[in-house]
Amino acid sequence: MPVQSPISSVNDFVVRFANVNGSGSASANELFARAILRHGVPVSPRNIFPSNIQGLPTWYEVRVTEAGHLGARGGVDMMVAMNPQTWDKDVASIEPGGYLFYDSTKPMPTSKFRADINVIGVPLTAITNSTYTDPRQRQLFKNIIYLGAMCALLDMDPKIVEQLIAEQYKGKEKLLSSNVHALHLGRDWALQNLKCPVGLRVKKSDKVGDRIFMEGNSAAALGAVYGGATVCAWYPITPSSSVAEAFTSHCKKLRHDPETGKAKYAIVQGEDELASIGIVIGASWNGARAFTATSGPGISLMTEFIGLSYFAEIPAVIMNIQRAGPSTGMPTRTQQCDIIACAYASHGDTKHVLLFPEDPAEAFEFAAQSFDLADRLQTMIFLMLDLDIGMNHRLCRPLKWDDARQYDRGKVMTAEMLDEPGRDFGRYLDVDGDGIPYRTYPGTHPTKGSFFTRGTSRDRYARYSEEGAIYADNMQRLVRKFETAQDMVPRPLQANAAKPTKYGVIYFGSTAPAMDEAIGLLEARGHQLDRLRIRAFPFHSSVASFIADHDFVYVVEQNRDGQLRQLIVNENGIDPVRLVPILHYDGTPITARFIANAIGDHQDHLKVTPLRKAVS
Amino acid sequence: MTYIAKPKFHHPGLPKNELGYTHRDYEGKISTLCAGCGHDSITASIIEACYELSIEPHRVAKISGIGCSSKTPDYFLGNSHGFNSVHGRMPSVLTGANLANRDLIYLGVSGDGDSASIGFGQFAHSIRRAVNMTYIVENNGVYGLTKGQFSATADRGSKSKKGVMNTDNAIDLVAIALQLGASFVARSFSGDKNQLVPLIAAAIRHKGASFIDVISPCIAFNNHAGSTKSFDYVREHNDAVNRLDVLTGRDPITVDYAPGTVQVVEQHDGTRLALRKIDADYDANDRLAAMTFLQKHAAKGQVVTGLLYVDPDSEDLHTHLDTVETPLNTLEAKDLCPGTSALEKINASLR
Ligand SMILES: Cc1ncc(C[n+]2csc(CCOP(=O)(O)OP(=O)(O)O)c2C)c(N)n1
Ligand code: SF4
Repeated sequence: MPVQSPISSVNDFVVRFANVNGSGSASANELFARAILRHGVPVSPRNIFPSNIQGLPTWYEVRVTEAGHLGARGGVDMMVAMNPQTWDKDVASIEPGGYLFYDSTKPMPTSKFRADINVIGVPLTAITNSTYTDPRQRQLFKNIIYLGAMCALLDMDPKIVEQLIAEQYKGKEKLLSSNVHALHLGRDWALQNLKCPVGLRVKKSDKVGDRIFMEGNSAAALGAVYGGATVCAWYPITPSSSVAEAFTSHCKKLRHDPETGKAKYAIVQGEDELASIGIVIGASWNGARAFTATSGPGISLMTEFIGLSYFAEIPAVIMNIQRAGPSTGMPTRTQQCDIIACAYASHGDTKHVLLFPEDPAEAFEFAAQSFDLADRLQTMIFLMLDLDIGMNHRLCRPLKWDDARQYDRGKVMTAEMLDEPGRDFGRYLDVDGDGIPYRTYPGTHPTKGSFFTRGTSRDRYARYSEEGAIYADNMQRLVRKFETAQDMVPRPLQANAAKPTKYGVIYFGSTAPAMDEAIGLLEARGHQLDRLRIRAFPFHSSVASFIADHDFVYVVEQNRDGQLRQLIVNENGIDPVRLVPILHYDGTPITARFIANAIGDHQDHLKVTPLRKAVS
Repeated sequence: MTYIAKPKFHHPGLPKNELGYTHRDYEGKISTLCAGCGHDSITASIIEACYELSIEPHRVAKISGIGCSSKTPDYFLGNSHGFNSVHGRMPSVLTGANLANRDLIYLGVSGDGDSASIGFGQFAHSIRRAVNMTYIVENNGVYGLTKGQFSATADRGSKSKKGVMNTDNAIDLVAIALQLGASFVARSFSGDKNQLVPLIAAAIRHKGASFIDVISPCIAFNNHAGSTKSFDYVREHNDAVNRLDVLTGRDPITVDYAPGTVQVVEQHDGTRLALRKIDADYDANDRLAAMTFLQKHAAKGQVVTGLLYVDPDSEDLHTHLDTVETPLNTLEAKDLCPGTSALEKINASLR
């Protein structure tokens, strides 16, 4: 018996499945997460997978969280150790008093276990081998058998899992019954041979409400459908490929002409990222709403075109699902590391609009909004997701749309407008003083409004010119336009601590759920912090005032160099000493524990050390 | 360098086409290329072809990359939108533009450096995707705008202006277009207006990827005795000085020869080009025969000109993607947005 008493918890624990890539475990593991949701208990799952297709280790972690904490927690309460390769590491990661679930068909030396954990052996291979002869079936059903055993161990309602299987295999009766059979095999064995349930239990609750369970990439793609994107050009790259794949499947369902059956969209898999962004720019220049989805290396390849989009003022949308860089870095791990690369992408002086959604619901909203923004500002908009939101299911509020909403195509001059007496069309004329000129779509008018688009300098009437003053005038207008953008992009959201405090914290994107939870942990340690979640670049003026209102502000981000902090310092002329970086960049999603410890330690230090010393 | 607008004066007696447009309606700004540059002759042929086809000038979108050749869209169809994109990437920009509005005519203009080197991939992929366009390469075997480096279409063994020998094999864009499935493939010579104008007109009418490789001599870099110093000076300063003053201009090379014959053309540098014009009875519907024909004559040192291949049943990218007839850029929220009821269903399926 473990010295440590077994962990005992209802609806608040972490289960991790260690599998081998290609073993077909993904759907069984996801079924497990969904089953808990159907008990009315929130979950937050995460895929941890290698950059290869077959053979390497994968993990799937399910945080069961009645309190609804959707960030990663850290630590594992129950390990389903199905991968011999990672056994030692997996066993080592279990919390003291936690549980190890393993295939006990072959005896293991005692040295392979830990004294402070609870070991649960199920002879999975023996059960499968005695039931199935086909090797693939043996492999696949083994996953369902361990799922069945887990249901018994965690006291889950078997009807709920069966219902889910029924939904999954609707119309495929044979698959349905064989899966339910496998589920029973595992469950019955566990009930007959093990002490069920263990200390960890799932109890029905009502904490899920009407929330939905969705991946960020799919939500962003749906946002593109709702936002009116008709052209998508892309090149496969993890973790962004599923954006284009989801856009394709959403369009197939939602975007066909009811009479002719023809597509109201065009999707092209480019030969590379250069072609993809070129297609997007060509389509946007010609008045369609177009986007591409990519990740860091793709952004690198696209930068020449991004500069063209900025300077020639062509709207476009790039969804950047960030992964760990630089270069190929850790392609299947998460980071928020392309902030600087995107904000200033391309050569020369450029600045681009970035949007930072926190979850799939916001990914949907911001994606739809990005097309209005691109058209209104006639510039490139970057929707900055990351692998953690993009490729994991997240519980979020239901998606919302206002049917009265029209697309805002920005300043486009029509043939009628061009014909108005006294109307002067200059492609780069700042008519309204907001830095945003009017454009015309090709083919608009037989004699008016045509112009030549180029990356080379030109005057307000789009006439080629390398005159210094004319160039500077144009560059100044682009700055003005960027200032205009400040009030168009989503504003930062502020939440104040229960008690007045001198300290603040700035964070963004997928860090949000961990940050929300960390605030509670910090309060428990006696630290009060006001929070500001940044949702876009250019920064709204409230960012500078938030910093001014606090003695100093932590900036929490998932990269090595504090890229958001750099951007704030650079763009707002803030004394860097006032912004304390809290950085997490090992490729795993940031956790509440990490944030609370890092900020908490710093705060504790402040209590005994003079401020200047502490922050220098 | 496209700052010189043409005078607006119109002679009342100019001939008009079916739409009532004169040649002047198809012209653009005054060219700032070197006098005698083959590219200007191609511009003239494009103007002529569009005039003859009675195209509405503003219904054409002219897209190019970067290079002397890529500047030329500014010199024709002044009332249409042009796009000088980035080096070698004209094909992707054109593809996107075409996807957005299938109703316009797409004219892609590129150079051999633009298309056979940096943009080789984009050239190939736009052809294999069957984008409905007329893709013209103004092929001079050198990089004009960056002053005379070899391009990938330069023949092995040819010498640069600086006397450097080209040791790499040449890429024949026509052979590649044929291989990639272009449904209209032709080659011509910038100075052969009689051949080039109808080819451009046919290419514009053709549905699908039309490719025309036009041999276009560069006066500056196959004119080795030229006064380069002052020429470079003008080029670097982009001044409004007429280049004719400082660079020994040449008359553009023109040729006129009968189908089935071979014409030897002397270029500005004295090198000779043997052009073979396709016979009147050549079967242009046989891709395989076209490829053989091309290779056979290339082996003899001859450059075949004319319409090498055309597929009468051609399709284009929109056919393949099965897109609606209405241009995508005219669809609005009511056509595109599935609305709240669809979203409710999606929400329900995610619980
Ligand atoms: C990314 C990039 N690399 C290099 C250049 C420089 N550049 C401009 S034009 C050109 C070559 C043009 O040659 P070609 O396409 O044959 O046209 P030509 O001038 O001969 O008509 C080069 C290399 C550039 N503009 N962009
Ligand atoms: S450098 Fe050559 S290609 Fe360029 S304009 Fe002069 S002659 Fe034409």
